Amino acid sequence: MKTRYLLICLGLALAGARSVAAQTPVAALPTDYTAADIAYGARLYDAQCTTCHGANGDAVGGVNLRSGTFRNAITDQDLARVIANGIQGTGMQGFKFDAAELAGIIAYIRSMNAFDREAVRLGDADRGRALFNAKGECTRCHRVGARGSRVAPDLSDIGAMRSAGSLLRSLTNPSSQMLPINRPVRAVRRDGTIVNGRRLNEDTYTVQLIDDQERLVSLTKSDLREYTILTASPMPSFKDRFDPDEIADVVAYLLSLKGR
Amino acid sequence: MTRRATGAALIFLLAVAASYRVQAQVGYDRLLNAATDARNWLTYSGGYLSQRYSGLTQITPANAKDLELKWMYQAAVAGGWQTTPLVVDGVMYLTQRPNDVVALDAKTGRVFWMYRYQLDPTQIVCCGSNNRGLAILGDTLYMGTLDAHLVAIDTRSGRPVWNTRVADNKAGYSVTLAPLVVKDEVIVGVGGGEFGIRGFVAAYDARSGNEVWRFYTIPGPNEPGFDSWQACPPDAKAYCDSDAWKHGGGSVWVTGSYDPALNLTYWGIGNAGPDWNADQRPGDNLYTDSVVALDADTGRLKWHYQFTPHDRYDYDSVQVPVLADITWRGAPLKAMVWANRNGNFYVLDRETGRFLVGKPFVKVNWMDTFDERGRPHQTVQPAGQPTWPGNQGGTNWYSPSYSPHTGLFYVSAWENYATIFGGTPVQYQEGRNFGGGQNRPYVPVPGAPSLPGLRRGPINNWTEAAATGAVLALDAATGDLKWRYAMTDVTDSGILTTASDVLFTGGREGYFHALDARTGSLLWKANLGAQIVSGPMTYEVDGRQYVTAISGLSLCVFGLRQ
Repeated sequence: MKTRYLLICLGLALAGARSVAAQTPVAALPTDYTAADIAYGARLYDAQCTTCHGANGDAVGGVNLRSGTFRNAITDQDLARVIANGIQGTGMQGFKFDAAELAGIIAYIRSMNAFDREAVRLGDADRGRALFNAKGECTRCHRVGARGSRVAPDLSDIGAMRSAGSLLRSLTNPSSQMLPINRPVRAVRRDGTIVNGRRLNEDTYTVQLIDDQERLVSLTKSDLREYTILTASPMPSFKDRFDPDEIADVVAYLLSLKGR
Repeated sequence: MTRRATGAALIFLLAVAASYRVQAQVGYDRLLNAATDARNWLTYSGGYLSQRYSGLTQITPANAKDLELKWMYQAAVAGGWQTTPLVVDGVMYLTQRPNDVVALDAKTGRVFWMYRYQLDPTQIVCCGSNNRGLAILGDTLYMGTLDAHLVAIDTRSGRPVWNTRVADNKAGYSVTLAPLVVKDEVIVGVGGGEFGIRGFVAAYDARSGNEVWRFYTIPGPNEPGFDSWQACPPDAKAYCDSDAWKHGGGSVWVTGSYDPALNLTYWGIGNAGPDWNADQRPGDNLYTDSVVALDADTGRLKWHYQFTPHDRYDYDSVQVPVLADITWRGAPLKAMVWANRNGNFYVLDRETGRFLVGKPFVKVNWMDTFDERGRPHQTVQPAGQPTWPGNQGGTNWYSPSYSPHTGLFYVSAWENYATIFGGTPVQYQEGRNFGGGQNRPYVPVPGAPSLPGLRRGPINNWTEAAATGAVLALDAATGDLKWRYAMTDVTDSGILTTASDVLFTGGREGYFHALDARTGSLLWKANLGAQIVSGPMTYEVDGRQYVTAISGLSLCVFGLRQ
């Protein structure tokens, strides 16, 4: 089986030539931006942008730089305009970056999701799709596009949300990568009926979830006899169910899911 | 015209003139008594002692369940709406983004006039077009602007009277706080702590707008405190700056307090610049992260206390200085009570600045003990390890409340909230961000959503794993926790208490709550649908008590069902 190796690491990207990589780069990496621009932009981002946007690019409501979710921009030109001029009436001020700085910042924002601090072996995405749908039975819980269950998180754009390393760890040690919002909850109503589901939203007085029958349920906490948030993922580990080549294939498939 | 007609006309004119004077005059005597003039709300924090406490008693723990929406006013401009309205004899004055002033009927919400200040379009501000409110004296309102001006506005026409430039906005200065009027002076401070400003508090003549005094929050050469900006050691790291004081920060972006008996005005001072890379500025960096007590007539420093020397966490001390007359160790004390962004609760003697109590109200690991003068022993965490509280603090600028009736101090707290701090060299350039931070949120799963620093949407996907919120009721003399009202998300709402022991507060989730100020039990709540980031206030018109909450773009005013 033909395998490709991807070293997704800022330091190695900087070193550039060291590309063990040697082998064909993977399409998941943005190719329109140079490693130098990305590295330069990462440094600027750390110094100028993390105050509001956070290191993960998700600290402003409705904006996720890591996954390319912007409120006021689609193209790189849009991004340049927003960065240079700011957005009046919001916390986004205009920044006096020169052309090289602007290019670096945009390169980094467009590449944030591709960075990871460990090497991940990527296989064949087509084979990964087949494994995902058949042997892995992943669609019994997850959904991609119009196929699969809604009980577990929808993975249609998981390749834009998670890095390769995080996806690999999700397959081998699911609880370690489970986002807190996805933690399963168990609620017992006063009449004794039990609701098991996955959280969609929660506040002091209520919780909204999708239950194990794929129904949207909103519960008022004061109406519950018991409310428990579990920290163990219901997803089994695929460390032994898939061999290493198969895991590499599934990671490649998941990385290809960009949602649009 | 007959003599009788002339006399009648004269009487009419005198009557008109008299009513004109009586109707709008907010003399200094009214400001001095603002805290006991419960029907009105005459200063940002409800009175010079800044207790955000009202003597109104119509709404009680027993009838709070009968609160209902009386009217709403919708702002046209999106973004966090942080203002506290003023109410004077049935007229409400408030600011809305970016620097509009609105006068409306406090009973119906219908608008009398709107003033739109024309901002410099190139304004530089760190955190959005925030403005926190107005001050009033006589027939004039005072507003600071995002481009660092101070504007006087006629209360009836809504027309500008004078406009004074406070500082250079191109260098990052702004005025976002509500001014404080003392005697015939209008006192403001400047924002810009993320742009390497040299902060100050300044007083302006209320009639002319001319500057009366200025206190630099970063002392210059030959001034007391300058030695806290030390020269760089021979083996200094890159960007260590022996002239760091010139861009030392010390912004002032929340309104101060005033003790008329002592003639001292108190101001909380913001972070040092650069915010996070403290290696660039050796020394304690006075008067950043301090409270300063200034002579109200001259601006001269009477005393200071520094909460966070040589700050590397952006722990602005811009909290409202709450002045409370309490009993401490059996004796009456003119105290200042303060829950700081750094996670500690403090009691200071407000006559002398003496440190009396320092005690964490949330998890704290940047320090562990205080010496007898109140200097914290700092415990800098190893690189990559979390520091509690995180960057936004255990609390922040959110107005706390002190109730003389319960003796409790109430504060909005961020609990279980940490940041992995890191400094990075940053060179000062005018008008550019001077943060120097390489911070990461502390989240249980790498890549998990982190807590939004300022604004949130309708979904909480960071959850309790990133942080939780609470209203804490602390004994004002000891800092001991009396009760805690927990929230799933953090809260950056202010808090209001009343003489009938009702506490009002909001939260990021959009709920507006009435709690029993004695016990913390929930009396009533309403889902207003968007983040509440300002402090509630209360007033009375025609015998009816009203209470305000601003949620998203909506100013919501509640009263009892009739």
